[in-house]
Amino acid sequence: MKSLKAQLHSLADPEEELAVLEERHPGGQKNNFQSHLEGIGLFPLQPTTLEIFQINLGKMCNQVCKHCHVDAGPDRKEIMTRETMKSCLDVIQNEPFLNCVDLTGGAPEMNPDFRWFVESIRSIRPDIKIIVRCNLTIILANPKFHDLPEFFKRNTIEVVSSLPYFTAMKTDAQRGDGVFEKSIRALRMLNEVGYGIEGSDLVLNLVYNPSGAFLPGSQSELEAEFKKKLKERFDIEFNSLFTITNIPISRFLEYLLRSDNFENYMEKLLSAFNPSAAAGVMCRNTISIGWDGYLYDCDFNQMLDMKVNTPNSIHLSEWDSSALSNRSIQINNHCFGCTAGAGSSCGGATA
Amino acid sequence: MKTYYNPEDLKKFGAIGDLQKSMADKFFAYYAEVFKEGALTAREKSLIALGVAHALQCPYCIDAYTTDTLEKGCDEEQMMEAVHVAAAIRGGASLVHSTQMMNKIKEISM
Repeated sequence: MKSLKAQLHSLADPEEELAVLEERHPGGQKNNFQSHLEGIGLFPLQPTTLEIFQINLGKMCNQVCKHCHVDAGPDRKEIMTRETMKSCLDVIQNEPFLNCVDLTGGAPEMNPDFRWFVESIRSIRPDIKIIVRCNLTIILANPKFHDLPEFFKRNTIEVVSSLPYFTAMKTDAQRGDGVFEKSIRALRMLNEVGYGIEGSDLVLNLVYNPSGAFLPGSQSELEAEFKKKLKERFDIEFNSLFTITNIPISRFLEYLLRSDNFENYMEKLLSAFNPSAAAGVMCRNTISIGWDGYLYDCDFNQMLDMKVNTPNSIHLSEWDSSALSNRSIQINNHCFGCTAGAGSSCGGATA
Repeated sequence: MKTYYNPEDLKKFGAIGDLQKSMADKFFAYYAEVFKEGALTAREKSLIALGVAHALQCPYCIDAYTTDTLEKGCDEEQMMEAVHVAAAIRGGASLVHSTQMMNKIKEISM
């Protein structure tokens, strides 16, 4: 399967995506998310304290998941350079309230400077939490990646990995043929070095995305079910399960439109709008960095090319803390994905 | 094309209160109470509802509880087993009545 970009698909263009989100929104109100925030006194949406620095190391990935909001895959060549990583390190060193560096992609490990970058972060901020969003199969993709579990352990990295279900059928339907079996082998390798094991301080969290046009159920119930089934069937352990709602952009948007589920899905998100989830959205304490150093409110806005609303500080090279902490967060109707039900963020439910 | 069942009508379920509010309010409050986590988990209740929906052949309930069971993390195999439970009870309910038939055969046969 090719990325939407390689297919020259119209939805590879953020303007086209935004047009769908606005023009085909149920009820026809283009700025409906803004109206919802106004209704609860949250507009303009403003940041709280910047705590999470989420860095997209590139769009290259060994998988082509059907719901991927990054449109990542082997045919994507956008990769963060060491120069841009150095600019990231400057911010990480100088922003006192940052307590988490969240590395994502694509498969972040495919960036040739990944290990150098992780070790540099660890050396300048020995106590900061470093998360790597590891797709699991990368560990088995090439012998040069087989020691990743040891590398993660040496640098006390927290591993967050997607596993949409504890069966092959549902996992492979979303993430590609054979992904489940490889994911299970990779999880075993992580368990073997101590990740996710009770009493160990090496954290292994899993991410659950619904494999279709429906919302995730209760995070705690799904976590209990995953723990039971993964232990019984595969002797695998992990710490927490994060439920994440599929945001209607990129490949998931393409799926919704192709399967004629778009309007129903948006109605579902709308009717599940939860004010306390809206108050707790992740963009309020996060800055998302693109592979090319541009700044965004979140990874989803990044993929829609909606840069931060700070005209003089839209790139790492012109980082202005004060301007960023006083910005208004960019929103559109895709944001209903983070405010539905129990809320959704890169760390799971928020409400 | 006019049909008796329209998937869009499921969204109007709440409107039954327009014609008789107090009864509808009591029904929906009861409904919410029934599906809460209790001695059975919300997930188990959703699978029972899916089975019952098939026994009653209610298209609205089938749509609603197919989505709900998926959201609660059930997989297709579990969902189909719930439908087989409904089918077994329906089939069994017919077959068990054959004891009455057999009784009657005995009664009126030489």
